[in-house]
Amino acid sequence: MTTVAHMQKGQKGIIRDVDLDLIPLKLLEMGCLPGNEITLIQVAPFNDPIYLDINGSHLAIRKDVAAQIHIDLC
Amino acid sequence: MAQQIQVALLGNPNTGKTSVFNRLTGLNQKVGNYPGITVEKKEGICALSRGKRAHILDLPGTYSLNASSIDENQVIELLLNKNDRDFPDVAVVVCEVENIKRNLLLFTQIKDLKIPTILAINMADRMTKKAISIDIPALENALQTKVVLISARKNQGFETLKTQIEQYKNLPMAPCLDTTVIAPEYFERLARTYPGQDLYKLWLVITQDVNFGKLDRTGVSGPISFQTESVATLKKLQQKETIKRYQFINNTLRNTLKVDKANATDFRSRLDRILTHRVWGYVIFFAVLTLIFQAIFDWSSYPMDFIDQTFAQMTEWTKANLPAGDFTSLLAEGVLPGLGGIVIFIPQIAFLFLFIAILEETGYMSRAVFLMDRVMRRFGLSGKSVVPLISGTACAIPAIMATRNIENWKERLITILVTPFTTCSARLPVYLIIISLIIPQQRVLGIFSLQGLTLTFLYFLGFASAIFAAYLLDRFLKVPSRSFFVIEMPNYKLPMAKNVLITMVEKTKSFVLGAGKIIFAISIILWVLASYGPGDFNRAPEIIDAQYAGKSLSEQERNTAIESYQLEHSYIGIVGKSIEPLVSPLGYDWKIGIAIVSSFAAREVFVGTLATIYSVGNDDEQTIRNRMAAEVHPMLGTPRFNFASGVSLLLFYAFAMQCMSTLAVVRKETNSWVWPMGQLFFMTTLAYIVALVTYQLLQ
Repeated sequence: MTTVAHMQKGQKGIIRDVDLDLIPLKLLEMGCLPGNEITLIQVAPFNDPIYLDINGSHLAIRKDVAAQIHIDLC
Repeated sequence: MAQQIQVALLGNPNTGKTSVFNRLTGLNQKVGNYPGITVEKKEGICALSRGKRAHILDLPGTYSLNASSIDENQVIELLLNKNDRDFPDVAVVVCEVENIKRNLLLFTQIKDLKIPTILAINMADRMTKKAISIDIPALENALQTKVVLISARKNQGFETLKTQIEQYKNLPMAPCLDTTVIAPEYFERLARTYPGQDLYKLWLVITQDVNFGKLDRTGVSGPISFQTESVATLKKLQQKETIKRYQFINNTLRNTLKVDKANATDFRSRLDRILTHRVWGYVIFFAVLTLIFQAIFDWSSYPMDFIDQTFAQMTEWTKANLPAGDFTSLLAEGVLPGLGGIVIFIPQIAFLFLFIAILEETGYMSRAVFLMDRVMRRFGLSGKSVVPLISGTACAIPAIMATRNIENWKERLITILVTPFTTCSARLPVYLIIISLIIPQQRVLGIFSLQGLTLTFLYFLGFASAIFAAYLLDRFLKVPSRSFFVIEMPNYKLPMAKNVLITMVEKTKSFVLGAGKIIFAISIILWVLASYGPGDFNRAPEIIDAQYAGKSLSEQERNTAIESYQLEHSYIGIVGKSIEPLVSPLGYDWKIGIAIVSSFAAREVFVGTLATIYSVGNDDEQTIRNRMAAEVHPMLGTPRFNFASGVSLLLFYAFAMQCMSTLAVVRKETNSWVWPMGQLFFMTTLAYIVALVTYQLLQ
């Protein structure tokens, strides 16, 4: 198991667990929930923020939040 | 005539909700503000069949009913208040065909408020291309509502939507989720404490207070407090609610929505690769900015010259054709210059809003935010500060309102505090007139005009001071806040001309009317203060005649002498004289002093004030620039606007917080007087010191 912050560009994973205390509710509302698929689309210059496809929602988050989303790579 | 049906239009951001609104109402709409807060209120009328009409209210885009900003809060306020004039008979939730799953979260929440709710799936014309198929009857059955496929771009499905709106009374009201499954024990307790109340509504009112700290809370009436639970527990429950809702949505969509992923086009990813590239991304971003500034300065100079001349001609005509007297003089020396001072900004502001609307509509703005976030964070800002800082070049007021989507309070606060440093369009007339007075019309290296370079430098100075101030604030401000940053990266779209134009017209209109009122009022007050005075003012002719007794003065020389004596002894002259000691170390005289004081309300008033002061009693229709150039230092005999005093003025305006409307908006957005007052004090002090040092060094 790893976290979204450690993903490489183009990699896919399945969300296993999110740290509910450190994740904004808005992210959950946008589909960042256990069981959903996540793809890393692009990393911004200077390696932060990162651009993701979570369950069909395209959004960008910073690495500190990404480190709280635990995934299994597929 | 039949009664109007009250319709509320809701939906996530980027679903094309505004396009749907524009389709339903056409130009039959108006944009205002909710009373007391700066949230935009868009409403319009839509004609239904047989003369029936629907009143459509376009609510701010929101991802859920768990409000985290003042805009989102407005949505909940309305939906919870049955007595509100705008409380909807029927809600239309607009969702985007490629994002149905996420969009349904908001839908289920609204449905659970027991408001009849229609689901309108927008951009349905892309279904074939994206290989999406929806089993509409099954979806209608699962959601207990009517589902309408529409396309705002292709103008499809709107007749069906209107029919459904008309027949809203037939819509089932069954909720999607039994609220108690979120936390049976908690809700049982709630039901016991408030018997007979709707549990979901109660829950919303309670959680509203959790997400809505003291920060943004304005006018929320929270009659119910259920303080037995800690904030952390309530947050947990909200998360549980979200998860439960997604379970329901996933179950619903499993059998009704089919997407063939293999068929998805990769136009988006190819464009993303270029626009967010570590080199090309920045090149394109700065090219876009350059284009915008070119448009604002180069292209708008033509309509601006035209407006300038038109007002000069109108003033001349008024003086020539109306009978002389107080009324004509008020019109020609107060009202017309005042109006001209507002109207002249329209081209620039319109261009800026046009470009911002295009950047938002195409989806590029999110990419710029993504690209700039890491860089901006170094200075305590967010990638999302890019939008306010760019908008700040038109006007700080919409710019400060645009900070609302910055989640991190500290980053948002810093953005609000430094935005007024960017060179807004109100500084421009001050810069232009002073540059034309003190900077020679030379070319540097054969191509660049020295005047143009000076102006560019001042823009650069504005951004640099904003960034530098942000850096300092980041160091010294101790504001507890957590680093949240979520931004949706919407699909690329060709902007719809109609949407862009409507946005541009509406924003420009509200700016001109808002700022215009102040400028207009001030120019009339100034005229009164400059045209009347106590004591000696009224005896000016006798005094002048006594002074020049024996010398032969031509009629014109005598009038000029009387009028300049009157100005000096008018109410405004008295004020100016009394502040002269304060401004003379900066190289200004009492007339400039008055202009600075009156432009405290709004910077652009500076030129208008000098225009009014110099034109009171000045009959020849010279331009204001020539009159300023002709001003002479009484003791030295040199021109009043020389290099030293000119540069000192430029720098004073670059740093000073000369805008009451901005202070008012900062007060509203931060809900405290501390920040605007601090801003006022620091910026004005900084401006004074910089201007003082500059003048003393250059003199």
